[in-house]
Amino acid sequence: MKDIKIKVNDLSLYYGEKKALNEITMDIPANKVTALIGPSGCGKSTFLRCINRMNDLISNVSITGQMLVEGVDIYDKNVDVVNIRKKIGMVFQKSNPFPKSIYENIAYGPRINGINNKAELDEIVEKSLRQAAIWDELKDRLEDSALGLSGGQQQRLCIGRTLAVSPDIILMDEPASALDPISTSKIEELIHELKEQYTIIIVTHNMQQAARTSDHTAFFYMGNLIEMGKTNSIFTKPMQKQTEDYITGRFG
Amino acid sequence: MDSQLPIKQSFTKESLKKKFRLSEFLAEKIISSIAFLSIAIIFLIFIFVFKESLPLFSLGSDAKAKTEAQATTANKPESYGASSEELKPEVYGAETTEDLKPESYGAETTQELKPETYGSETAANDDLKPESYGDTPKEDLSVAPADEMMNEASQNQEGSDKTWSTFFSTEWVPVSDNPRFGLMGLLIGTLKVTIIAMLIAGPLAVLAALFTSCFASKRVKEIIKPIIEMLAAFPSVVIGFFALMVLASFFQDVFGYDSRLNAFIGGVAMALAAIPIIYTISEDALASVPKTYTEASLALGASKWQTAFFVVLPAATPGIFAALLLGVGRVFGETMIALMATGNAALLSANPFESVRTFAATIGSEMAETVFGETHYSVLFFIGSLLFIFSFALNAVAEFYVKGKLLKKFQGK
Repeated sequence: MKDIKIKVNDLSLYYGEKKALNEITMDIPANKVTALIGPSGCGKSTFLRCINRMNDLISNVSITGQMLVEGVDIYDKNVDVVNIRKKIGMVFQKSNPFPKSIYENIAYGPRINGINNKAELDEIVEKSLRQAAIWDELKDRLEDSALGLSGGQQQRLCIGRTLAVSPDIILMDEPASALDPISTSKIEELIHELKEQYTIIIVTHNMQQAARTSDHTAFFYMGNLIEMGKTNSIFTKPMQKQTEDYITGRFG
Repeated sequence: MDSQLPIKQSFTKESLKKKFRLSEFLAEKIISSIAFLSIAIIFLIFIFVFKESLPLFSLGSDAKAKTEAQATTANKPESYGASSEELKPEVYGAETTEDLKPESYGAETTQELKPETYGSETAANDDLKPESYGDTPKEDLSVAPADEMMNEASQNQEGSDKTWSTFFSTEWVPVSDNPRFGLMGLLIGTLKVTIIAMLIAGPLAVLAALFTSCFASKRVKEIIKPIIEMLAAFPSVVIGFFALMVLASFFQDVFGYDSRLNAFIGGVAMALAAIPIIYTISEDALASVPKTYTEASLALGASKWQTAFFVVLPAATPGIFAALLLGVGRVFGETMIALMATGNAALLSANPFESVRTFAATIGSEMAETVFGETHYSVLFFIGSLLFIFSFALNAVAEFYVKGKLLKKFQGK
């Protein structure tokens, strides 16, 4: 792990009184895919949402510890949450394109960042859609409503929308859980291509998906980080008994 | 069967036989008939209102030339008086000697005719009278049969001709020897008040709704929403009274205009009545925008403001438009506030600080005073029909516009 993008120190998260994350300490490498696995309710999605401070939206959440992104603590009082989210994009479990045209969906991000030049926007839209491997399918229908696309297309559109604001880190919260195998494999391919330029963190329930797509894997259980390491070693010779039980399907 | 326990249901023809469930059947029929009844009631109201204004339409188009001629005389009682048959030869003589222009005599419909010419024309119409009267009762019977009121109305037939053409004049003088029913003043007044009220209520209510659904904390929302909605339960007479006593004096002190009660005061008061309606419906529309849109926008690095204005608001456009329409409907038909706060003078001016008279207030104040079956009475019902038609047209246009244009603009094709 030479290039560490995100460094987490003793991060704990409480929903009111309930402790949802228990002193997580981990390093997430740059330009790699890190998979977070674990049974439902283990805190992996909560942890993912900590990275771009989406948990701020939920009332009565309190967080202790440090989350250093490139050495900057994003929970510092002087940090603007809007700027964090520009650098750390997120793709959600359920595809959620805006009820606008395909073009406007992609152009929304650049627009709010002050880019209003039509030619520049056109370029960004095309580039983002190409990166999301969906340009060829959509180039003739950019003015159509994004809600008319299939589930897989919508999810790739959402990835393209995230790419359009050129983030450093992309968080994916079970991006393929609601998709059919073909769409899933397209998204996995996409993740593979994107990792050259972006640091990707992906939450998944699908063990095969974690094994296929990721370089590193972290196993969460009951709000604790049980084990983290190279995907190969986690899946072949896990250090912890719990990890082995989970990936072999004995519980969870 | 009754005494036995239901042990096992086998699939016999008997057990699968179609059952007639009376209570469900009745409930279904009652519910559907109530739904249709409400539609029927709306149409019946319109038909009855319109029927009362029918005497205005009782003259056929063949009498149009006559109508126009009489319309011009309507504004000149003097010349009208001169059309009596005794004066006829003299007027005729005077006309030919003074004017000496047969062309102008022939051009009946030109507007620059001189008083003498009018006299002669009405005289000519007097000659036609028996024929035209013979026609009209037959038409009346065919349009609205068996209406005893028609006989009374036919006495005003001459008046109803005039009525039509005075509709486009500016004066509203319904009770006089020479009544004038200038709807333009009322129309402008109504539009003025509506526009002022919507300019105030629309942004206020929609932005308040946006605040409560996007920015306010849960506690603030729980306080604001019921309070604004409580305003909807305010009787309009209370709002009117408040406008009459408090707002009118206050704004007169601030702006220093002449007439204390005017379109602006009426607009402000009606905005108070319309705000809760617009607010409630827009708030519901905004709150029903999926949270995933908000999350997606925030995750892209948009601020709360950008999210609210560029994602949530466009996504709620249809609902907000419906809310605004209901607000317009409320203001347009508002009677009590208009009666109390607008000054009730049918003036034709663009100045928002002049007194105005609205359609609804006119009906409200004059209906009880008018004579049943008289032209004035019919005109009031005609105004009622206009209110109806206006709100139908508004809804139709808005429906078309929202579906056709706005949605495409905001949400893609």
